[in-house]
Amino acid sequence: MKSFLRTLAVVGVAGLLGMVACTVPEELPSKPVVKSTSTRKTAPEFSLKDSTGKVVHLADYKGKVVLLDFWATWCGPCKIEIPWFTEFERKYKVRGFEVLGVSMDEDGWKAIQPFAAQAAINYRIILGDDKTGDQYGGIEALPTTFVIDREGKIASVHVGLSGRKEFQDAIESLL
Amino acid sequence: MLASRAGKSSRMQLKASYKFAAAALAVAALMSAQMAPTLAIGPVPTVKAHKGEVTVVSLRAVLPPGFHANSNTPTDAYLIPLTLKWTGGPLQSDAITYPKPALEKYSFSDKPLSVVTGEFTITTKFKIPADAPSGPSAQNGTLKYQACNDRMCFAPKTLPVTLTVNIE
Repeated sequence: MKSFLRTLAVVGVAGLLGMVACTVPEELPSKPVVKSTSTRKTAPEFSLKDSTGKVVHLADYKGKVVLLDFWATWCGPCKIEIPWFTEFERKYKVRGFEVLGVSMDEDGWKAIQPFAAQAAINYRIILGDDKTGDQYGGIEALPTTFVIDREGKIASVHVGLSGRKEFQDAIESLL
Repeated sequence: MLASRAGKSSRMQLKASYKFAAAALAVAALMSAQMAPTLAIGPVPTVKAHKGEVTVVSLRAVLPPGFHANSNTPTDAYLIPLTLKWTGGPLQSDAITYPKPALEKYSFSDKPLSVVTGEFTITTKFKIPADAPSGPSAQNGTLKYQACNDRMCFAPKTLPVTLTVNIE
């Protein structure tokens, strides 16, 4: 029995360490917090198209606080956060804030456009791809949201459905 | 006296091991909640059938605890349904019966969602054509699912499914 429990404990810890080492990117904290300026890493650059076909680069937003939201139309928890982001876009835009929604929908604009119209999304949506997901640590779960500071560095990471206040606090601390 | 001390020490070690194992597994479970769940498909049966007859094949699948997948009839048009497709082989798929979905309420949805959880079975009724080739062959298909837990969703996955078929 004792030996079994020891083995179980070793397996549990080994599994835990393995998971932490292999699948959870270093910069993903278990509880989203705004990192101190010195510990922030540069957000990876990308070139993705918006619904008009225009290529969007993260660098286009340098000098602004950006909420980069990886989402999909089939993601239920994402739909809870979208109205918050719509409100943030309206409320903070004048202070140098933008929301960028990176859709990971396989069906592309055919799925995104009717959804965006129905949800009255007022911010820019771009079509994501696996390469961009990989650059951001491998986006396993949706929603995954990065709050990026005016210098283009990742200030906080929110994996899964997070609290509205968590986002708001992060944004306000950066504006 | 020494034996008593040794026994007490052993019990304490056992208790500590127990707590440690429980804590490690609890943390591991919490960490795994952020990883995409894998739908495990049970042992696929070998299909023995006769030309011109009908046979029913059951596929068993299991989702890890804490996760759900949309049923084949999701309640929202944007949700991706559970879909079994037979793409090639000597058998003709006549009817696919999906598991009875559960209507479950999650924190991220106003209304209950039509989902499957835990272990479930999908059955397919196949017709074996009269001109099907005799002997062993393979029937290929795919099982597509999209899973979530109560805080996050994971990209749709398509698993290959292969039946070994022996037609007499």
